[in-house]
Amino acid sequence: MTEQLSTQKAINTALREILADDAKSLVFGEDVGKLGGVFRVTDGLQTEFGAHRVIDTPLAESGILGMAAGLAMAGHRPIPEVQFDGFAYPAMNQIISQIARTNYRSRGATPMQMVLRIPSYGGIRAPELHGESIEATLAHVPGLKVVSPSNPHQAYHLLRRAHEMPDPVMFMEPKSRYWNRGDVDFENPGDLEGSLVAREGEDLTIIAWGAMVARSLEVAELAAEDDVSIEVVDARWLKPLDEDGLVASVAKTGRAVIVHEAPRTAGLGAEIGQLLTERLWGKLEAPVERVTGYDVPTPAGDLEDEYIPSIDRILFGVQRSLEY
Amino acid sequence: MPVPPSSAAQPAQLWPPQNGVTVDVETLRGLAERMLVTRVLDTEAVRWQRQGILPAFPPAIGQEAAQVGSAMALDRARDMAFITYRDHGVVVGLDSDLTDYMGSHLALWNGGFADPNKVRHSPLQAVVGATALHAMGWAYAQKLDGTGGAAIAYFGDGASSQGDVHEAMNFAAVSKSPVVFFVQNNGWSLSTPLDLQVAGGSVAARASGYSMPSMRIDGDDVGEVYAATQIALEHAREHGPVVIEAFTYRRGPHATSDDPSRYRSLEEERALGPDPIDVARQLVADEAWWAEAEQRAEQAVDAVRVQMQSPRTIDGNDMFDYVFQEKTPQLVKQQEQWREETDLD
Ligand SMILES: Cc1ncc(C[n+]2csc(CCOP(=O)(O)OP(=O)(O)O)c2C)c(N)n1
Ligand SMILES: [Mg+2]
Repeated sequence: MTEQLSTQKAINTALREILADDAKSLVFGEDVGKLGGVFRVTDGLQTEFGAHRVIDTPLAESGILGMAAGLAMAGHRPIPEVQFDGFAYPAMNQIISQIARTNYRSRGATPMQMVLRIPSYGGIRAPELHGESIEATLAHVPGLKVVSPSNPHQAYHLLRRAHEMPDPVMFMEPKSRYWNRGDVDFENPGDLEGSLVAREGEDLTIIAWGAMVARSLEVAELAAEDDVSIEVVDARWLKPLDEDGLVASVAKTGRAVIVHEAPRTAGLGAEIGQLLTERLWGKLEAPVERVTGYDVPTPAGDLEDEYIPSIDRILFGVQRSLEY
Repeated sequence: MPVPPSSAAQPAQLWPPQNGVTVDVETLRGLAERMLVTRVLDTEAVRWQRQGILPAFPPAIGQEAAQVGSAMALDRARDMAFITYRDHGVVVGLDSDLTDYMGSHLALWNGGFADPNKVRHSPLQAVVGATALHAMGWAYAQKLDGTGGAAIAYFGDGASSQGDVHEAMNFAAVSKSPVVFFVQNNGWSLSTPLDLQVAGGSVAARASGYSMPSMRIDGDDVGEVYAATQIALEHAREHGPVVIEAFTYRRGPHATSDDPSRYRSLEEERALGPDPIDVARQLVADEAWWAEAEQRAEQAVDAVRVQMQSPRTIDGNDMFDYVFQEKTPQLVKQQEQWREETDLD
């Protein structure tokens, strides 16, 4: 069955099915119950599954994640939420020092099977710390897995997949895309491992994730008018990165532009660039290009468009690569 | 807006119990025996550190009653303890394998070798205060699952300043989760004295702010600790969280690397009350039994020493194998490279 859903509704549907199928699952965070979350992603779940499984927690992020750790130790499969990306910072003590290493510390005896949902990235003119792109920070931590869906179909299936995985998964939802609709094919998830070619092309590969995938697809559309054939790869899994998939695409096109909203220095663009250089040394037609946020605090809404890679900036990146 | 009446319920008065405390002789002997093992382990471990067997060690000397007394009040079929680096007495009190436990202090493996679900205590926690949140989450799970189990979170007066402890107390109180917050107020947080850590000197006083009952007890009287913890656990199972503040004293250094003379005087150390081991000895009041128990404790710890010295090696592969349940391809590659580059034969 295929249905047109928004990403927000697709995640809501996945959560509803998980709660129905898995008695050990529970959803909790700030305002996720009665209100259904500030983005309504958890809408209706508390009514359906009760306040003991869909919990409005006190306003304390370290507490939310520490509670998740304790629940996982007891064999539950929690799906906590932090309300906004920037409020994962107060929870970093529990995420980095506890959740990421409890499996290790206990020699596999107490796995941390959980999915942390993080409404992520900018693009909605939100106040400070409501538009952070923290994927590199999370990917750097041994013990965590990181995934970021780009559309409703991916959001639905990747969340269901993440919930089945026995390791802690950081699930980064592109909040600016919550309301964009797309087909969700419930029966046919497609391959959920690794990256995904979102559009095929011959001349250059753009590697992106989250909200930058849709924007890169627009860029590819515009470039096609000038007879430039761009392949867009949706990285999806940021940890582990799909090395073979990313390399295969760039091996074909010879050129790569990596697009991310996060600041450039020590961002995942650097990691992917290193991967491509290592694996494709001598085969690249141009240096790997990065189009990213700048090394500045994510600016207030008025400057957001200057900070987040725009279509024009991505096109400049494409041009630099093609003209090298 | 007019000030609304406070709806904070007057927390239950749990301590002292109306009918006093009686702990039977058999139980007292069980407690005393494990306190002796803990004391001998601590004394020996400091020696092992001097001999280079252990890289460092944080002795629990003086806190045996607090640790053993509370741990033995747990129901091992359904309860769980969340411990820190200085809680060997809890490990002994739960009859958890000491060699497995010492794997942590031996620097063989972060957290030692025990399976928490079997030994009923967490791996030792290095981040002070984090135990409180894990205990709360674990306790919430017991409520959901209807096991009747309760969690006990161990932490110190210093750790009580951590936000995690406050978040845990608040969450536990709001959700009425079955958890006992067991504070060992030993007067010191490394070199920082209690008065710089806790205004008013009592962590238990904070409990009323979370509408939960608290018990301030003599942490050096093992009978009192045992009885109080039992009461707290029963209350927690039925009604929700309790704070126990066990007043005790860290008689040794913070750790073998520490030099307490830089921050506290010998006079202060000498002005202490009776040693909890002596208190237990008086409670047991059977010198013949006591002498035998001392011997058994020596033997038990000697067996640990022997096991620790029969070289237990750690396989470097473990470093890679336990990061995830499902290893990433990157980690597989790093492991292969590590093998190739370190396999020098
Ligand atoms: C979050 C954190 N900060 C700092 C330390 C370093 N540290 C280890 S023990 C300790 C003192 C803890 O005092 P207390 O909580 O009273 O426990 P005690 O050592 O007295 O048993 C400090 C500062 C730590 N382990 N964790
Ligand atoms: Mg202390």
